[in-house]
Amino acid sequence: MRMVINAFRVPMSKGVLVIVALTAAVILATGFSIGTGAVRISLSEIWLYVFHGYDGPMKEIVWNIRLPRTLVGTLVGANLALSGALLQGVMRNSLADPHIIGVSSGAGLFGIIVLILFPHLWSMLTPIAFLGASGAAAIIYLLAWKDGVQPVRLILAGVAVSAFLGSGISALLIFFSDRVNGALVFMVGGLSAKSWPELEIILPYSLIGMSLAFIGSSHLNILALGDSNARGLGLSVEAARFFLTALATLLAASAVSVVGLLGFVGLIVPHSARLLIGSDYRFLLPASVLLGAAVVTFCDTLARLMFAPLELPVGIMMGALGAPFFLYLLRREAR
Amino acid sequence: MTLLRLEDVSVRLHNRTVLDSLNWQVEVGKIYSIIGPNGSGKSTLLKTCAGQLKPAQGKVLLQGRLLDSYPRRQLARHMAMLQQSQASLPDVSVRSLVSYGRFPHQPVWGAKRKEDEKIVEWAMAQTGTLPFAERKLSNLSGGERQRVWIAMTLAQQSGLILLDEPTTYLDVNHQWEVMELVHDLNRKYSITIVMVLHDLNHAAACSDELLVMRAGEMYASGPPEQVITDRMLRDVFGVRGSVGRDDRSGRMHCHIEGLLEAVDFSAQPAIAAVK
Repeated sequence: MRMVINAFRVPMSKGVLVIVALTAAVILATGFSIGTGAVRISLSEIWLYVFHGYDGPMKEIVWNIRLPRTLVGTLVGANLALSGALLQGVMRNSLADPHIIGVSSGAGLFGIIVLILFPHLWSMLTPIAFLGASGAAAIIYLLAWKDGVQPVRLILAGVAVSAFLGSGISALLIFFSDRVNGALVFMVGGLSAKSWPELEIILPYSLIGMSLAFIGSSHLNILALGDSNARGLGLSVEAARFFLTALATLLAASAVSVVGLLGFVGLIVPHSARLLIGSDYRFLLPASVLLGAAVVTFCDTLARLMFAPLELPVGIMMGALGAPFFLYLLRREAR
Repeated sequence: MTLLRLEDVSVRLHNRTVLDSLNWQVEVGKIYSIIGPNGSGKSTLLKTCAGQLKPAQGKVLLQGRLLDSYPRRQLARHMAMLQQSQASLPDVSVRSLVSYGRFPHQPVWGAKRKEDEKIVEWAMAQTGTLPFAERKLSNLSGGERQRVWIAMTLAQQSGLILLDEPTTYLDVNHQWEVMELVHDLNRKYSITIVMVLHDLNHAAACSDELLVMRAGEMYASGPPEQVITDRMLRDVFGVRGSVGRDDRSGRMHCHIEGLLEAVDFSAQPAIAAVK
């Protein structure tokens, strides 16, 4: 890992370069996603449909199906990656991710309860899952509190609460194994049939979350120096930790409640962004956002393409590509 | 002028009194060194001065105002603290780390200003860290790293710098390099320095005033020539030694010959304090 970091050890201009390259990657992945499917649409046609109100035969497909779905994918990726990057900074642990604060298990349990026990509340799935996600995070934070919150306590409380909620999920899946079908897609996370309403739900969180996170980036840099140094530099460590964790919770909860328990984005993307751009959070946060958006959009396109006309949930593709990549990172780090 | 004043300060940690009714004051523009055996409360005292530990009793006043009444950010503009050892090495360049010293002066959203860059440049020039400004901390030697951390505290532009054993883990040459740097900064910019030191010769050579701690209490305080005595070596550290003055530099030094012969460990005050 040191070698990689050294190779990218460069001032501002390099950071800016990586950001520009990642922005291009997001645009390409978005175009690729909108253009790919049962009907192929060229990039120039997409341009006409989206930006010039072109009234062609594919207008419906572009505007009502592919564009919103792709945008939901980019925002979900961006939110989860940003959430992971924030948490890795707050916990001072590069293996932290939204699972740590119970977002997945909380959203999972509440989502499963709706899908299996109260299917008639299906339209309320997103707000209820959101409630579960943020509720689990709040409980973990409270349990970890003892004269302030230490990262290690928070991680351990997170593991315990997640295990507890996870056993609830397993119990429901076993008791009601006949009704599991609908719940499964939620458990792996998928973008199928996501459209404008989902985009409207997630967009405000993305916008507010990103603005606040970029304000918080200099605080994360200070927090990375350790509690004592950070206090010496005038940072209110407890307050910063609380606000950044709350922000990460809202970002992840908004994504997970809309598309289901999309794993690994929040862990792998910030980690990879760190390798690309270094640990300065003023660059790492935007890089994570862009890389998260590009990766989820790209994986979703592959998931639609690979077994077409059958469509895999993007979560499966993320896991299949993400897990080996993550192991690779771990091996490098161990060296 | 008094910068920092401790009035009857006691600090308790884990139900144990670590500092006991301490009265002390720090004058503007001087170098103070706190010396004493392990567990005598040196670091606790420094952390209390920095507002990182709250006294169970007594008052700590910074410029006549209670330390507690300063918001963190404002406090960081008055004093900078370098802790004893850094838990982890931040994965950033020297320049970035030094620029973090500007944090308490910057607007909350962290906008960088022209003057900040100038001050960072100045801090690196003062500490001789400018030549490797773009390198990562992990590629530097221990002595270079320590100078970078000092540059960060310097960039904070506070009138008071607290240093907790700034020479630990450094070889002799780099130890003196740090001591001379601290001395230099004090003389050039009249920055008040309060530091915890283990090496009595460092303390004797570079301080205007010493504070000798023993078992959570002040054993003595004053200029080195008054405080560093055969008797102090015996009473506080339990060692035999001789104290002298270097003809050329005029600095105090002491030569430790060994442990006191009839040493009874159970009667050592430092150990008694641990109980």
